[in-house]
Amino acid sequence: MKFVDEFRDADKAHALAAKIAALCEPGRQYKLMEVCGGHTHTIYKHGLEDYLPESITLVHGPGCPVCVIPMGRVDDAMALAAEPGVIMTSFGDMMRVPGSKGSFFDAKAAGTDIRMVYSPLDSLKIARANPDKRVVFMAIGFETTAPSTAMTILRAAAENLPNFSVFCNHVTIIPAIKAILDSPDLRLDGFIGPGHVSTVIGCRPYEFIARDYGKPVVVAGFEPLDILQSIYMLMLQLSARRAEVENQYARVVPWAGNATALQVIGETMELRPYFEWRGLGFISHSALAVREKYARFDAELLFKVPGVRVADPKACQCGEVLKGVLKPWECKVFGTACTPETPIGTCMVSPEGACAAYYNYGRMNRHRVREAAEVGRS
Amino acid sequence: MTARQPGWIDEALREHDEHHEHAAAIPDREQQVLDRIDRARRRRPKVREERITMSHGAGGKATHTLIEAIFLDAFRNPLLEPLEDAAALAVGGARVALTTDSYVVSPLFFPGGDIGELAINGTVNDLAVSGARPLYLSAGFILEEGFPVADLTRIAASMHDAAAAAGVQVVTGDTKVVQRGKADGCYINTAGVGVLDRDTDLGVARARPGDAIIVSGPIGDHGVTIMLARGELDIEADLQSDTAPLNGLVAGLLDSVPGVRAMRDATRGGVATILNEIARSAEAGVLVSEEDIPVRPEVRGAAELLGIDPMYVACEGRLVAVVPGDQAGRALAALHTHPLGVQASVIGHVTAEPPGIVQLKTAFGGTRIVDLLVGDPLPRIC
Amino acid sequence: MCLGIPGEVIEVLPDQPDLARVDVSGVRRVINIGLLADDPPVPGEWVLIHVGFALSKIDEAEAEAALQFLEGIGQAYADELEALAESRIE
Repeated sequence: MKFVDEFRDADKAHALAAKIAALCEPGRQYKLMEVCGGHTHTIYKHGLEDYLPESITLVHGPGCPVCVIPMGRVDDAMALAAEPGVIMTSFGDMMRVPGSKGSFFDAKAAGTDIRMVYSPLDSLKIARANPDKRVVFMAIGFETTAPSTAMTILRAAAENLPNFSVFCNHVTIIPAIKAILDSPDLRLDGFIGPGHVSTVIGCRPYEFIARDYGKPVVVAGFEPLDILQSIYMLMLQLSARRAEVENQYARVVPWAGNATALQVIGETMELRPYFEWRGLGFISHSALAVREKYARFDAELLFKVPGVRVADPKACQCGEVLKGVLKPWECKVFGTACTPETPIGTCMVSPEGACAAYYNYGRMNRHRVREAAEVGRS
Repeated sequence: MTARQPGWIDEALREHDEHHEHAAAIPDREQQVLDRIDRARRRRPKVREERITMSHGAGGKATHTLIEAIFLDAFRNPLLEPLEDAAALAVGGARVALTTDSYVVSPLFFPGGDIGELAINGTVNDLAVSGARPLYLSAGFILEEGFPVADLTRIAASMHDAAAAAGVQVVTGDTKVVQRGKADGCYINTAGVGVLDRDTDLGVARARPGDAIIVSGPIGDHGVTIMLARGELDIEADLQSDTAPLNGLVAGLLDSVPGVRAMRDATRGGVATILNEIARSAEAGVLVSEEDIPVRPEVRGAAELLGIDPMYVACEGRLVAVVPGDQAGRALAALHTHPLGVQASVIGHVTAEPPGIVQLKTAFGGTRIVDLLVGDPLPRIC
Repeated sequence: MCLGIPGEVIEVLPDQPDLARVDVSGVRRVINIGLLADDPPVPGEWVLIHVGFALSKIDEAEAEAALQFLEGIGQAYADELEALAESRIE
């Protein structure tokens, strides 16, 4: 596959690994956070940690939009789905996220009409095909996905669709990163910046990380070589005592982002004063809601949602995993009570969650590939 | 929590504390956890849900747990325990294989075939991979009120053609009609009988370290075809179901390599499920190489678009065979001479360690685990 | 969720210019290119596809540059390995 296979070459990986190892100052430990769930997934899927020297630790961040949805919001979504005459539509990753009374999957088994869609446009199709039903789209995702929801709302408005609405749970990345930076639990050296979010917001929003916190940021692609190259670029900055925002994913990410995408988001949505993030608590101006102008497409206004805040189960340590404080295997219920088929928390449900990635991919990568590091040191 | 039997979290936490004593002896904390996981995986399967979900039909973890915890538990006998695709029975001096299958595919008609053809081929294949010569099939139909007779005629004609091509006969059957809404058009249940006239002893438990694992052709064609045929995804591709009778291919293989350890046809749950069945039954490891697994570019493209892994996607005319390592060459040669086996390739080997775990060497050089499927990305595939 | 795939634009639908048919490894799908209205893609160009929408064009020049960098690294590494193999310190 073009633009994919070329960035998966093992020899080049060894080369990059050697260069990375050579930049490590002896005796110093480096902690780099990859914010984006897609990056966590790639890192584990390709065993990238094997290519890094022991002095570099990758810390997994909260950039998995499914993982940060609090149980209360899942319950709200389930309540919407249970309303008579409603067809709930959702991306696949949401289907097994547990609320306090089960997941979409469980509700489906009990007879609720919940359908998996690949695109919000599929949801519109279902609405057109079922005029007697009310179709709700469970909108999740960071700024990557918000423009698609926005375009869909505009489409629905243009067609005057009376039976379509959106349950908006879009969140924004910058407040999450800021919460991490301000967290006393973590001392990070640099960030592997989100890839696809940046196609929308561009690279400028990350400048405060370099300017105000003195940490380098490299916006990274999703292939293994992209991530290794980004780590290399971070190490170059660190060894030169620089702190800047750089764009490794320039083939896809324009520095200025996508103005049209930002414009449609702005047209249809606005920032909520605050929103609860699983594990991170309430963060102000960190999530989007449908604007009043499009209120007829806002499921929260059309239906009654319980809106009850639900605490995570006592056994669940998703919060600490999402902040990067705990490694997946350090969570008490990891692998026993909490497994991919019996998940307690969202980190295990979403394919991008750190726990799912580690359980499915990372468990066996304990025998580290040292040759690249060895060559680098010799 | 979820609709599950209550108390299971407390139970798990209790176990965590119990094992903590034992685990504390191991200095490496991460290794402790990995051991905990292995112990958890080896525990007796228990169904935690209160209701059946689509996962239970996906062919992955939930299906296996359901079969072991409920059916095996209820029916337990030595003939059932191997849980192979067919049961090997001694009946009045003859050795026969018996298998059963149900077909609930949606849509009923798709590029490359229909539910009828699937039913015949699927049953023939379960017998063939058990080392039997397929002979006789039964066909039970559950029809929905309102189902077009013309469609039923079409399906019956397909079954006739498929049976003729496979050299088997449908000798008995049954018909039931249920009210509108209680069945999705047409469901078919089959049983198949074949004669075990070869001196083979097949079973995934026989796999040994060093054995080669062979797949007869590109994987994932059927499942992706069905997904796209549902028309919900607006994806067009030049793909067909790979449904085919494998008895000819299997006969050729067994003639050439009588020492074949095990064969399976890769259906629901895909090749990944079979690899896990091998690893678990044989209590051995399986290591396969991503680069050696044949996948059509269109299947790869569609899978990437949908975010699914071809390893878990159903096939309906693909053989997975475990053969002694030194006979892999002969096996491939035999498969290559048959039209259905032209792209047969060795995808990996059985290893001694780690037992019960399937690993994949990625094109990138890393390894990752290929676990049993969780959830149900592609429902009602076969 | 971050799932973004590169696809090649085959054609822009004549009656619906905000829709385009793309090809991903032989599989074709119609996607919405409305987010690229400022600089709509033409057949032959590559886009990043996410949940049925094109988010961005893939800049072939940048991709080429990225690959060149990786090639360079790879060559330097190969050279060094060779040098390592050839040197003897005894």
